[in-house]
Amino acid sequence: MKQNQQSDKQLFDRHVKKIKADKRHTRYMQLLLFLSFFILWELSSQFHWIDPLIFSSPSRIVSLLYENILNGNLWYHMRVTVLETIAGFFIGTIGGIIIAFLLWNSRKLYDVLDPYLVVLNALPKVALGPIIIVALGPGYFSIIMMGAIISIIVTSLVVYSAFREVDKNYITVLQSFGATKWQCFKEAVFPASLPSIISTFKVNVGLSWVGVIVGEFLVAAKGLGYLIVYGFQVFNFTLVLYSLLVIAFIAAIMYQGVNKFEAWLIRKI
Amino acid sequence: MSFLQLKQITHYYFNRSSYTKALDNISISVDEGSFISLLGPSGCGKTTLLSIMAGIIHPTFGSVLINDKPLEKNQREIGYMLQQDYLFPWKNIIDNVLIGPKIVGNKQKEMTEKAKQLLVDMGLETVIKSYPNNLSGGMRQRVALARTLITNPSLLLLDEPFSALDFQTKLKLEDFVSALLKRYNKTSILVTHDIGEAIAMSDQIYLMRANPGEIHQLFEVPIEVRDLSPFEARKHIKYQHLFDRIWEELNSLETKSTIG
Repeated sequence: MKQNQQSDKQLFDRHVKKIKADKRHTRYMQLLLFLSFFILWELSSQFHWIDPLIFSSPSRIVSLLYENILNGNLWYHMRVTVLETIAGFFIGTIGGIIIAFLLWNSRKLYDVLDPYLVVLNALPKVALGPIIIVALGPGYFSIIMMGAIISIIVTSLVVYSAFREVDKNYITVLQSFGATKWQCFKEAVFPASLPSIISTFKVNVGLSWVGVIVGEFLVAAKGLGYLIVYGFQVFNFTLVLYSLLVIAFIAAIMYQGVNKFEAWLIRKI
Repeated sequence: MSFLQLKQITHYYFNRSSYTKALDNISISVDEGSFISLLGPSGCGKTTLLSIMAGIIHPTFGSVLINDKPLEKNQREIGYMLQQDYLFPWKNIIDNVLIGPKIVGNKQKEMTEKAKQLLVDMGLETVIKSYPNNLSGGMRQRVALARTLITNPSLLLLDEPFSALDFQTKLKLEDFVSALLKRYNKTSILVTHDIGEAIAMSDQIYLMRANPGEIHQLFEVPIEVRDLSPFEARKHIKYQHLFDRIWEELNSLETKSTIG
């Protein structure tokens, strides 16, 4: 009996060890891919296999990054873009949820607005950029609106359909206690739809970046999107790639942040 | 004077291309403290009728009176229990039980004590802080019953509350619910398609027929069977007699509808 138990435990340990080894292996592969990409980039640039004027090189980007960290330029441009993105994300997401609630609250409103929502959803929102800028003036506000408008319609449609799919019997239970429509929403519809709502968060982080960067392309005098356009105009591709890497880095952090928030929220409810 | 009165209830379901007459001219009166079953084939409108009594569906014609007052003024008198428990998975057990008082806006503190007491009565004191997903089907249905009882309704509407359970759990829960309802002297209406369950639990059985839903016949459960617990009732000879009569009646309904 004792021997048997021990061997059970050994089996389990072996299983755990195998999972850990497998995970480590995946990490090594990821690191290898990362390093080989940058090393190959650096070498091909040094030996002129690719045009260093266009493709720059990791070493030049790193030295530019170092320089910009020291003189505060990185922080200056990054701050603007990040704040615009976060603001666009919140306005788009929360606005979308509010629209979804209004549509859920009134079937008539949904029926009336349905064709317009379909058209607005199909329309590429960045094409509205020039109009937004003319209407709201060339400034932060326009850029934030770009970040928001790109996600608001799709959010409202996705969240609305999540609201509709909530099992009617949950609402029946509440109605049998005489619940109002708002109580039904608060106690059943909203919490039951939270998983869908959170998944729109993840999509919207990416969408807000698109809106803000395009907005900066069009009007800005600072921000990472501005740096990309400026670098392009003066043919400084080190600057373009440097901005791109900074964007990739921050976008990944924001995405992870939403992931963490999701995990926290799911534990909470 | 009857506690609950249904007066000439007729209900239609409309959709784009057609309409269905779900219920036709149904009148029932129920005495206080009694246990009534609505029995019938699927599609005979028994759940519709129950939803009408609960005030969730408004009938096309007819009225529902409780103590001679229209239903709208009696919302809090009614407890409604569904086929499945429909506990909210994001709320723990005690919060699930407290949802009714929360909707009504009752004092939370007193109600929390009452909810705990109810859960203890139901043998659920160990799972007060658990979440519904961690409970068995029978336990979940008992929680749903506690949720229904906490607002102290005088009329209980039960829509096949045992149909999703395994047979053993179902028998145990029938006994439990029956004893509990007798103790609290609740008027109850059970919708079921299970003849045995209807006889074992109730005082009167309304047999319904479909297309359109109508009351076909009223069966009185013999007094000897009524006084037994559902499990014991099933062994009584008169239970068997009544079962056979209802069984034949149901069969005759079926043949009539196939000929028709």
